Amino acid sequence: MKIKRRDFLKLSAGGSLLMATLGPTAALSNTEKKALPPDAVGILYDSTLCVGCQACMVACKQANKMPLETEDVYRRWDNPQDLSSKTLNIIKRYQDGSEATKDQEQDGYAFIKRQCMHCIEPSCVSACPVSALRKDAKNGIVSYNKDACIGCRYCQIACPFNIPKFQWESTTPEIVKCQLCNHLLKEGKYAACCSACPTGASLYGPMEDLLAEAKRRLKLEPGVYANFPLNRIGPDGSNRTTSHKVGQYVQHIYGENEVGGTQNLMLAGVSFSKLGMPELPDEPFVRLADGIQYAIYKGMAYPLALLGALIYMIRKGENNGDHKDKA
Amino acid sequence: MKTNTFNGIKARLGGISRRDFMKYCSIMASSMGLSTGVAPQIAEAIADPAKRPPVIWLHGQECTGCTETLLRPSHPTLDALILDIISLDYHETLNVGAGHQAEAALQQSMKENAGKYVLVIEGAIPVKDNGIYCMIGGKTFLSMVEEAAAGAAAIIAIGSCAAWGGIPSADPNPTGATSAPVVLKGKTVVTIPGCPPNPYNFLSTVVYFLTFGKLPEIDEQGRPKFAYGRLIHENCERRPHFDAGRFAEKFGDDGHRQGWCLYKLGCKGPVTHANCPEILFNDVGGGTWPVGTGHPCFGCTEKGVGFNIPMFTQAEIQNPTPSAFKAPITADHPSPLTIQGAGLAGAAVGAIVGASAIAMKNLGSSSSSSDQSSKED
Amino acid sequence: METKQPLGGRVLTGPFVFFLILVLIGAYFAAKRFTLGIGAVSNMNDGYPWGIWIALDVVIGTALACGGYTMALLTYAFNRGEYHPLVRPALLTSLFGYSLAGISVMIDIGRYWQAYNIILPWHSNLHSVMFEVALCIGAYCLVLWIEFAPALLEKMKADRLLKKLNRVLLIFIALGILLPTMHQSSLGTMMLMAGYKLSPLWRTAFLPLLFLLTALIIGFAVVIYESLFSSVTHRLPLETTILSKLATVTFWCVLLFMVIRIEDVNLRGYLPLAFDGSLVSNMFLLENTFLLCGLFLLMYPGNRNCPKLLFLSASCLLIGGSLYRFNTYITGFDPGNGWQYFPSVGELCITFGIVAVEILGYMWCVKRLPIISVPQTS
Repeated sequence: MKIKRRDFLKLSAGGSLLMATLGPTAALSNTEKKALPPDAVGILYDSTLCVGCQACMVACKQANKMPLETEDVYRRWDNPQDLSSKTLNIIKRYQDGSEATKDQEQDGYAFIKRQCMHCIEPSCVSACPVSALRKDAKNGIVSYNKDACIGCRYCQIACPFNIPKFQWESTTPEIVKCQLCNHLLKEGKYAACCSACPTGASLYGPMEDLLAEAKRRLKLEPGVYANFPLNRIGPDGSNRTTSHKVGQYVQHIYGENEVGGTQNLMLAGVSFSKLGMPELPDEPFVRLADGIQYAIYKGMAYPLALLGALIYMIRKGENNGDHKDKA
Repeated sequence: MKTNTFNGIKARLGGISRRDFMKYCSIMASSMGLSTGVAPQIAEAIADPAKRPPVIWLHGQECTGCTETLLRPSHPTLDALILDIISLDYHETLNVGAGHQAEAALQQSMKENAGKYVLVIEGAIPVKDNGIYCMIGGKTFLSMVEEAAAGAAAIIAIGSCAAWGGIPSADPNPTGATSAPVVLKGKTVVTIPGCPPNPYNFLSTVVYFLTFGKLPEIDEQGRPKFAYGRLIHENCERRPHFDAGRFAEKFGDDGHRQGWCLYKLGCKGPVTHANCPEILFNDVGGGTWPVGTGHPCFGCTEKGVGFNIPMFTQAEIQNPTPSAFKAPITADHPSPLTIQGAGLAGAAVGAIVGASAIAMKNLGSSSSSSDQSSKED
Repeated sequence: METKQPLGGRVLTGPFVFFLILVLIGAYFAAKRFTLGIGAVSNMNDGYPWGIWIALDVVIGTALACGGYTMALLTYAFNRGEYHPLVRPALLTSLFGYSLAGISVMIDIGRYWQAYNIILPWHSNLHSVMFEVALCIGAYCLVLWIEFAPALLEKMKADRLLKKLNRVLLIFIALGILLPTMHQSSLGTMMLMAGYKLSPLWRTAFLPLLFLLTALIIGFAVVIYESLFSSVTHRLPLETTILSKLATVTFWCVLLFMVIRIEDVNLRGYLPLAFDGSLVSNMFLLENTFLLCGLFLLMYPGNRNCPKLLFLSASCLLIGGSLYRFNTYITGFDPGNGWQYFPSVGELCITFGIVAVEILGYMWCVKRLPIISVPQTS
């Protein structure tokens, strides 16, 4: 068999042309935002209100019966350095230079609370082969079922926020993530971090109310005193408010549109990338993978057609008597 | 409480002003975790002579420190307590009479006030060899306690010795010193541990009983929850130093002088339940409790801690909470690269490359045969 | 005419004992993993939840086991009977490769005792790429055993059963081509979900196509490599004629792959990223250098007929193709937040143990079962 120069060039050029036309079309996909579940609940975290008291971390550990995490030889503190299989939420601190002023990027500091974002289109739910991670159709909480989980950890690969954690040291390991205290909802309680927050930095409530509240805050004049709701808003709200100086907000609600929107919204006085939040497109990563899978495997039509063609080709070859003995 | 009623009892209370008396009742209420609205009720109960309960106070294996501690409070003073608030019928330290006379008074009081008197036990009870290691008036202390407990309306074990064994029960415990709740199994015994206990915890319990006719809420060790419900660590004035990681390393060092946390010096605050940092001692103002004076808590109120864990041994923290330091935005994860791992991975790559190279070398020599075979085809 | 026959000879040779020891070491660490947890033997972490057990044993391992797939594709679907002598040995390595990938997965997944949940309809998530891959690989393992069954049946002289099997074998051969096409491409789709965590040098909508092509490239290359390697070790005559034809097919596959690969990165404007000197960019260059070397070596007919250069080019393609897959799963993946990964000793030993089982199995099979075609000496 000879490789002709002509063929070589033909394939190279043809391939390039094909790529040039296919490339943009592959990038084109449905960018429409998916609607929130009807009774979606979530959290609005306001970094400018957060004082770093870590009451949310203590409350979270108690409410979810999470174990201590410490590197201290005396075991004096519960001091996780990151989210882990023992820590579902964490207050992290951004700092720069002299750390003199709060919510200032240079020579300042700021807090950020990390936990599950409860995406509107969660990658983890789409990734999980056994539906161990599910998004509640009503309140939109992404929860985990250990009886379904096989421990493949694809959710960890898929999550753009690196939220699901795995119990590496266990012989019966589970995936661990914030489930927005959905075990407390039956008792009429709500997310422990929000009920513990003394400043209203973590606010629980229906998504529409939280989004409206976030938008209201962005319109407030920085430096004047304003009232901020505490703990919970909406029909079951606490009706408690606290007076606080309005911070220098970055005019962006993190989570409103990121990867198709999340049920954990964030406001801050420092750019979100400085606070360790990834810069994400509005289109969720699951769409592309899902789109390709859907295109190929819709109704299994293409695979079945291919199978048919293969059987036909093999039979034809057999009849020609080229290879009587198989395999 | 009406002014004229008060005037009638003013003399009995040692000339105390009405204002001071009400203040005292309010303090009493708040130290028990009750609303100050209960203060008039307390005042009424204390002021009513008919309500004065007879008290029988027994001493076993002890140092009389618990009785001593009652000399300290200024509201009420000890004399006001024993003369006006309670009717102290028997107390081996304070008895006027002695010998058979005193024992007779005990028997009489027990008979007359059966089912009404308050029994206070101070000191541990030796039970080894039928309790012969503590005898009063020819009787073992063990039998006296059992006899007195039978007719008591309420039983209070004051001090760590009576509450959980204290010093006498420390290893090797040659006398079989035992606590009152263990000896009086099946009976409700309120324990006021401490060495000595804070007198207000005892007085508040007595006054509560006087006022409401029942004992305050207690935990599974018999301790009133208002006094022993929380760890010293949770209310300690030095807690911010703990959270910020500022510790005195040795007595007299800079940290010690600046009032930093005494945890590293062996403070047992993290494992000891008591209200010492809240109500302090001796009514002289701030800082008058062991940690306040610069000495680590040694856990006197806590069973298995005081007299059991060496004084300068560090305690295990219960329910640790985050320190004042927050995690950085980017976590510092340790490098997983080890020499062994890298070496092993390198060796594997080398082995594959080596095997391929050798195979290739051998192929070179046999290429002629392949050419032949291909020609044959 | 040639027939397949056992090569015979002593099984317990020096190399056999060496690989046996590797298996035992691997077994020790596997026992540790099951009694103390994955964290006790592995350096995988919450940032890098997939280590070499997935990247090497499954993603690259199944590609190396694609010889059976590519040979079946050529021989049966494209009706190239001349490749027939290569089918059975290729099928054998596929069988071992896939079966052991399956075992690797059972070591790797945390809740292995619930693995059957995948086939329970009320748990199945049809949206999950992982679901499709798991199901396809599982099914393909079964198909491989059935495809390979004639070799065993011949050995057992179960002629009636063999005849029956031959009648339905057609469907399984067809499935044996369809299933790898599906899951080898899906192995690429899988990493699309990683989003920004996967470097743009690898993250593209063409991942499924590129993964399918690397499966073919590695599949072809491994057949060439293996055939030449076992010719040397078992002192068999070389099959250069078939191999050089196979090399031509391989060449076109590599060319197509390279065009798509480079053009894709170029069109998306990320080509400068390949020259920024970081580990990731260097791995990109290394990967493509190997593939290009293989490509250029195969371009000239003289090279394709020289066993030495054929072997070299197959080696280059194997390394390049494997690197492409390795980079997609490990090097090109950066979860951020300071996470790092390098396999631990225990992790490596388990992988070595699994590879050793594969080699041992192959060594035993070619000596005891009718696998290799030996030309009738006249």
